[in-house]
Amino acid sequence: MALRYVLKRVVACVLMALAATLVVFLVAHTVPADPVLAQLGDKASANPETVARFRTRWGLDRPLWQQYAIFLAGLARGDLGESIASRRPVMDDVRQYAPATIELSTLAAFLTALVGVPLGVLAAVRRDRLADHLVRLLCLFGVSAPTFWLAFLALALFYGGLEIAPSPGRLDAGAVPPPHVTGLFLADSLLARNWATFRAALAHMILPAVVLAASTVGLVTRTTRASLLETLGQDYVRTARAKGVAEALVVRRHALRNALLPVVTLGGLAYAELLAGTVLTETIFSWPGLGRYTYQSAVALDFPAILGMTFLVAAVYLVMSLIVDLSYVVLDPRVVRR
Amino acid sequence: MRGRRVLGLLGAGLVAGWLVVAGVSPSLVPYSPRQVDVMARLKPPSAGHVFGTDALGRDVFSRVLVGSRVSLPSGFTVVLVAAVVGTLYGGCAAYGSARVEEGLMRVTDLFLSFPPLVLAMAIAAALGVGVRNTVLAMFVVWWPKYARLARGLVLGQRSLDYVEAARGLGLGGARTLLRHIVPNTVGPIVVLLALDVGNAMITFAGLSFLGLGVVPPTPEWGAMVSDGQALIDQWWVSTFPGLAIFSVVVGFNFMGDSLRDWLDPRRER
Repeated sequence: MALRYVLKRVVACVLMALAATLVVFLVAHTVPADPVLAQLGDKASANPETVARFRTRWGLDRPLWQQYAIFLAGLARGDLGESIASRRPVMDDVRQYAPATIELSTLAAFLTALVGVPLGVLAAVRRDRLADHLVRLLCLFGVSAPTFWLAFLALALFYGGLEIAPSPGRLDAGAVPPPHVTGLFLADSLLARNWATFRAALAHMILPAVVLAASTVGLVTRTTRASLLETLGQDYVRTARAKGVAEALVVRRHALRNALLPVVTLGGLAYAELLAGTVLTETIFSWPGLGRYTYQSAVALDFPAILGMTFLVAAVYLVMSLIVDLSYVVLDPRVVRR
Repeated sequence: MRGRRVLGLLGAGLVAGWLVVAGVSPSLVPYSPRQVDVMARLKPPSAGHVFGTDALGRDVFSRVLVGSRVSLPSGFTVVLVAAVVGTLYGGCAAYGSARVEEGLMRVTDLFLSFPPLVLAMAIAAALGVGVRNTVLAMFVVWWPKYARLARGLVLGQRSLDYVEAARGLGLGGARTLLRHIVPNTVGPIVVLLALDVGNAMITFAGLSFLGLGVVPPTPEWGAMVSDGQALIDQWWVSTFPGLAIFSVVVGFNFMGDSLRDWLDPRRER
């Protein structure tokens, strides 16, 4: 039963990711923008011979369905095509930029859970008291501040003003990155037992991670609060209280476990969104990650790179919601039967 | 409870204040927002320039006030059009046959499987820089959540006793939908709208920050933050436009938050 449920979800996932690329492919080809102009510039585009050669080279002279079929055929071989801008396989570009994003968004997701869940529990337990109001206000402020502005304020204050934060980027300019194993600087410097680099990499990551977490903490806190309040009103909680179970234990052992289901859903999607590239934060913090890569590809109308990233982003999103659904099977076995 | 009402009023006040500013700012500002003055570049806030001047010597205060004329209408437009289109779409899905519903909702799932900013960015870049194109790109990623909400709401109402009672009394489908179902579903949609306008403004400013919003030198908040992002010592260039976005969005969120409590008493618990 459970296996069939999982299989069905996986197949649906793959189909959705493919459909997502089709949407982007069609959107990209129906808009008036011309990649030739974006790539070659005004001067070279004036020469019809250059333009024709460029179109043939990148397959832009073929019918639309052929172009898409070529993309699909490549995908079947695990090949995302070649980027027009970098002249390298998109897969290589992704491999180069992904670790920076993975490292940063994982830390941000960790911070979000670490701060958001306890705050939500606090607000629910002290409902309508001062602590609840303060947490609510804090959350509203958190979701109202534009990330790119917070990032600027953080840099201006801690790097420019107080000079306690390191410069933007993954390491100081000129610093030697740890020997490449995973591409994750934290993991690689640990493997090389290079504590100085580990500390530097971590220090560079703290500010952008806090800025990223600021926008997600609000959502997690509010979901935790609402969901916990709902469970605290359930009969089995009343039973536990009537049995004389200590209030702290009622919250932790009986209510919170069930209350965390919606939080897991939201957290999973928020993490996927972080992984998909945190364009704005990466731009301000000069972070060489997938967000900046996607942005640069979009501006350059680098179709193969955009399509490849779309597929990856949609895949990450769908896999994340798949993991969330599957975690329900463990957290709440009743879902399978529904 | 009272505290929340105070927050709601405060939010409404902020929003109303900004609407007035957007309406009258051109005749109100001390300087022209486009007036370049190289001699007065990067001056810190003073009595003459309350928010200081930017790298071209333009008055940041004037630019911030006039900037509201881009941010407010574009946020409103995206959300309103998306809400109307999405609600109609979702309502149709809920009232159609099972196969129609499945098909229509798969399409919304498709759009919801992207992070909104990434897709909007790709579309905006392809369409070219300009407020209208950016609003269009945002609309493409914005309507599905309304479709999903409206579908859920209509489906939820359809099976309730009072609808069956109305049908039992001999009311037709259209009348039941308009007189009974719609009034009961408007609340959550309005709440989402109020909370969403701020969201849309942040996204618009974000795209603009990336250079995908307005054509310079049009004063727009996201673009202004971007102008000053390297000027860490001249903090005022980026800080004040960002503060403007923050204050409007906080206003909408305060309003939406208390609206939600007011329209949905069950949330009170």
